[in-house]
Amino acid sequence: MSGYLLDVAALARKDLLIELRSRDTVPAMLIFVVGALVVFHFALAEDSSRLAAAGMLWIALLFTALLALVRAFVAERDEAVIDGLLLAPCDRSAIWLGKTLSVFAFLALAEAVALPAFALFYDPVTWELIAGVALANAGIASVGTLLGAMAAAARARELLLPLLFMPLAIPIVIGGVGATLAEDPGRYLGFLGLYDLIFAILSWASFEYVVTE
Amino acid sequence: MIHARGLARRFGEKRVLAGLDLDVAAGEFLLVTGPNGSGKTTLLRLMAGLIVPTAGELTVATDRARIGFLGHAPLVYRELTPLENLDLYGRLYRIAEHRERIGMLLERFGLWEARREQTGALSRGMLQRLAICRTLLHEPDLLLWDEPFSALDAAGANLLLDELSRRDTRRTVVLASHQPERIGDRPTSRLSLAAV
Repeated sequence: MSGYLLDVAALARKDLLIELRSRDTVPAMLIFVVGALVVFHFALAEDSSRLAAAGMLWIALLFTALLALVRAFVAERDEAVIDGLLLAPCDRSAIWLGKTLSVFAFLALAEAVALPAFALFYDPVTWELIAGVALANAGIASVGTLLGAMAAAARARELLLPLLFMPLAIPIVIGGVGATLAEDPGRYLGFLGLYDLIFAILSWASFEYVVTE
Repeated sequence: MIHARGLARRFGEKRVLAGLDLDVAAGEFLLVTGPNGSGKTTLLRLMAGLIVPTAGELTVATDRARIGFLGHAPLVYRELTPLENLDLYGRLYRIAEHRERIGMLLERFGLWEARREQTGALSRGMLQRLAICRTLLHEPDLLLWDEPFSALDAAGANLLLDELSRRDTRRTVVLASHQPERIGDRPTSRLSLAAV
């Protein structure tokens, strides 16, 4: 494995280990996403459309993702560990990629619980929905990690992150809902894939400028 | 090794360093003293490349991989053990046989018994020892130590002084301290900063 990938693996492994020890993020995400789906279940009328149900799912997933993103750089910020990582000779984009992979894993865990709950309360889970969620995860994790790093440096980080993230998440919701309901989900899945590609490249290339002066 | 001309740094309206000229040769030991707010920490962070000057020029003739930086925070993860923290840095610095080096440092700085404890449970003094191990792990050419005696007990301070006494002509040291008397005659040059 190349040195770059070894750095990414070491950084992602560290995040997973920290979460395993602290259990600060994933349990909160699980409780939130199930709670949100239950609340939406009672808020929607029984004869509500599939569109409304799909919309609720994507809103729940987006807000659940925000929980992970707000906490993504807490460990680095609290003890200024980001300085230690920035001084290390690894490529700074490896810090972004390692963090993106760990955020992706946390989101996948939350969705492994959210999708069966969605099937229980609303509609059956289709392969198109699973593919849409997986592609949306990649986009949320890549853009969200960059914005999380940006917000971590600010005093009002908990407010700043949603303000930065929500506008950029609109295409993800459009693609996700479309992939869930459209007769031709391929178009929407392709749209999500394109979003992932563009924003992953932008985030990868700009991370260094976000975390350094 | 370090060359600064007219070095200045502001934080918003506050001027912390102004017009500093400085030359530090390779192998030199520079002691930086000065009252609170005189810019000692800022100077070390500038040298480490963690912040950039607002005016003037600063050249540090070494790669960031060869710098060992000790700041006010230990720069380690509280949820990981000392062993895991140093292992992470060992991997990122691509140190050959880093496990042996980590074991040797933990032993030398009295952390071997605590190597598998969560770092967050360590005392402030133990954390400082771990932070010192982190800065020495990759055998840097340039040590930038900001208040290294902070929180150290007598035994820890002696270990630090032993490290500083090692005659290594390759290694340049810039150390900022409020307690210059503890370092004795080890420094080869001194810089006294005044509050701007």
